[in-house]
Amino acid sequence: MKNELTIGIGGAAGDGVASAGNTLAQSMARLGLYVYAYNSYQSVIRGGHSYLRLRISAQKPLNHGNQINGLVALNQDTLNRHLPELLAGGICIYNNDKLKPEKAPPGVQLCPLPIYELAGSTALPVMQNTVAIGALIQLMGLEFQALESVFQNVFAKKPQVVAINVSAAKAGFDYALKHFKPFSEKLYKTNNRLALVTGNELLGMGAAVAGCKFYVAYPMSPASGVLHWMAPHAKELGICVRQVEDEISVINMAIGAAHMGVRSICATSGGGFALMTEALGMAGIIETPVVAINVMRGGPSTGLPTKTEQADLNQAIGASQGDYPRIIMAPISISDCFVSVQEAFNFAEQFQCPVIILSELLLSEGNETVNVEFLEQEIKIERGELITPENSTMGKTYLRYLDTPSGVSPRAIPGTPDHLYVSATDEHDEDGVIISDVYTDPVIRKKMADKRARKMQGILQKISKPSLEGSNEAEVTIIGWGSTWGVIKEAAEQLTQEGIKTNHLHFKYLVPFHVKEVLDILKKSKKTVIVEMNQSGQFARHLSAETGFRAHAHIRKYDGEPYEPKHIINGIKQILSQGKEIVEVLSTEPGWRTPHPPGPGVFTQAARIN
Amino acid sequence: MVSKLQVPLTVAAYKSDVHNDWCPGCGDFGILQALQQALAELGLPPWETMVFGGIGCSGKVFNYMACYGVHTLHGRVLPFAMGAKLANPDLEVIAVGGDGDGYGIGAGHFVHAGRRNVDMAYIVLNNEVYGLTKGQASPTLDRGQQTKSLPLPNINDGIKPLALALVTGYTWIGRSYAFDGKHLKEMIKQAIEHKGMALLDIIQPCPTYNDLHTAEWFNKKVKEEEKSVSKLVTVEELKHDGVIKDPTNRDEVFEKQRKAFDLIQYRGERIPIGVFYQIKLPTYIERMQSQVPMLKKYSPVRIPYADANHLPTTDLTDAFEEITF
Repeated sequence: MKNELTIGIGGAAGDGVASAGNTLAQSMARLGLYVYAYNSYQSVIRGGHSYLRLRISAQKPLNHGNQINGLVALNQDTLNRHLPELLAGGICIYNNDKLKPEKAPPGVQLCPLPIYELAGSTALPVMQNTVAIGALIQLMGLEFQALESVFQNVFAKKPQVVAINVSAAKAGFDYALKHFKPFSEKLYKTNNRLALVTGNELLGMGAAVAGCKFYVAYPMSPASGVLHWMAPHAKELGICVRQVEDEISVINMAIGAAHMGVRSICATSGGGFALMTEALGMAGIIETPVVAINVMRGGPSTGLPTKTEQADLNQAIGASQGDYPRIIMAPISISDCFVSVQEAFNFAEQFQCPVIILSELLLSEGNETVNVEFLEQEIKIERGELITPENSTMGKTYLRYLDTPSGVSPRAIPGTPDHLYVSATDEHDEDGVIISDVYTDPVIRKKMADKRARKMQGILQKISKPSLEGSNEAEVTIIGWGSTWGVIKEAAEQLTQEGIKTNHLHFKYLVPFHVKEVLDILKKSKKTVIVEMNQSGQFARHLSAETGFRAHAHIRKYDGEPYEPKHIINGIKQILSQGKEIVEVLSTEPGWRTPHPPGPGVFTQAARIN
Repeated sequence: MVSKLQVPLTVAAYKSDVHNDWCPGCGDFGILQALQQALAELGLPPWETMVFGGIGCSGKVFNYMACYGVHTLHGRVLPFAMGAKLANPDLEVIAVGGDGDGYGIGAGHFVHAGRRNVDMAYIVLNNEVYGLTKGQASPTLDRGQQTKSLPLPNINDGIKPLALALVTGYTWIGRSYAFDGKHLKEMIKQAIEHKGMALLDIIQPCPTYNDLHTAEWFNKKVKEEEKSVSKLVTVEELKHDGVIKDPTNRDEVFEKQRKAFDLIQYRGERIPIGVFYQIKLPTYIERMQSQVPMLKKYSPVRIPYADANHLPTTDLTDAFEEITF
């Protein structure tokens, strides 16, 4: 082990899994320890199984790891499901007054806490979480002070609540010292200045830094987190934040505002994005810069509202009728969300076209610690070619859609005198006047379609080229896109350590595509394996469509749960040893038991038989 | 608000020389002209006026005008125009669409626009048919009616747009007629000048596809109490005053809403035109400004966010504090 511990916290929704996890994660951040957290929750307010996994380390973890060292069970179900997952040397903390464990795996220490005795018999049920976290901090070998200050911070306005929590946590902390053995793996605090964030928060913050002043939304999991960041910060940052009737209204309002010169953005998930697509084509033809975020969840249709998937690539590539320039980018990590959204605004304005950000539930709702210095970096704001008093064409005829070599025409913001123009969603000439109904003119049509299409060349120059990570001389090249960067990186490193030399080609920018550069890399690769989170291999087809290149093998996962490094490592081994072309991965380790009550049809049949 | 020009503008200032492809005899010509006259009389500079169009014959109004204009998507003129107005409240925003566009495919936006009271005018050219797609029934065509493109009579009830506007919160609700230029121009001026969301539904004969409600049909005299009278009647003639004097007086508001509702529904022999209802309520921008004072100081389009070196100036110190422990 390398100075890291992975802790699982599970309970029913409503048991306070998230708040226990937050308390722990915040304490770790305070101690300068990096955290990566994945919450496998379900779309229910109360009940259901909610399970949070936190990987904690002095080196930044890039995913939620393979297995747990510690378990905090808040209900019997969690204890039954996850106790068998613990590694030797692991620790299981639970409420002894309520829960009874089955047999622990070899080398696993059971740590029953007498909650009533420690928190008092009148304590609220959620106090079991506080006592357990106190005990956990002790067993991790960390100082109590960090936990105490987190309570002071969270309940700053309620000193009584601070006192109750601190005393309960201290009771757990002291009890654990007396009765249990600590983890053999010790964690030590560092001087890192860390912030604990979700991808959704970083999308909001990144947009704010980039000068976004208009945010419209319709609630949809897992994108609502962006709205939940924007709404309470609207006042101090001066952002017009509105929730409106549907995603069609969202995107049309966003484009309407963007047309007036405001940096405007909206976020949704696949279903809402489907409603937005017609308007994205409008932004394409009227050349209005707008940024649309699709935080992908499991599809199709309502699909898996609380589970992650990378299956909206086809939708983004095919969004809206007709051809128009667009940029599609997929942040490769939680922290990359912060940078991606700032780049997206610059690209949108420089090329006057829509930018689609494909985020993912895993990134958007996952928690990660990032260095504060990372958030303080300043990315230049580039607004593209605008008509200003200096370059005003006052007195000359202004052509909003002037046919230029770059395809980009200098943009006058409505309100500017002497630059009147109309923008039509019908095909139009350089002055914006429609040519479609009476005088459809093949020459003008082609000229304007070509003008817009030329922007893609300019975009390709701006976006960074994909580059190979790891050794050039590798036996295996893993190809991935978006959220899987961290888990593939770790898998590739571990495979290399085990003697299977593996490198990694990762894509953040999906459209437009660096065909030549990518082919140059892939032609030299020996065995190429595409790893993606969907059933049909959407990226594999995209790569093949752009380059004609077909990978040797594929690892795919579409069960709703994110990849762990071991899934990819095992997949590569199966491909190498068994010559498999497609490995489909399923999260079916011990503990993944999901009993379902029968549906009404089953019930009726059973009743009839009886 | 938009600065008004000292020198009165001429109608010509709003005219463009783009070829007009509406059918001869179309009510849209009268509406276009009345809109240009209204803008000129209000002295609104063309560069501070934005006309947004939906899709359909009506959606092309912007195309024949000299001002900033956007052709939006079918049914989406309201959200687009509202987004624009919120981003830059200094511009005068006018949305123009048809009955299919606004009351059919855009009905969801129509309803929710009423709840917001954005300061803009929404002008609907209502001809009861989808003209540009060859005369299918629109949402305002009544049950039992059969315009010439329909193989069978319509079995849907017609929507009552002004009644819908009343219950969803529009703060100025009026009706006019495409070929009554004087009345129409006055109604357009009032709708633009109203501080809030105004709906002006304009009866617009479609000479090509609506063979039931033609200009001749509207011009025909009807009998009322043994007298021969015009089919169109102003609300003033009917002694209706829909303007709320005191918006905090619930009794007055309910009473005038009820009267307006009766009058809107009444379409026996005569068709009332004019202002059915008007109330002064805080606009959406004022509501937002009360929550986000910075939007009072600057409109969103003018809030500074970068320095001379194009580096961001947005201060996230407080937001960072929330996530560091």
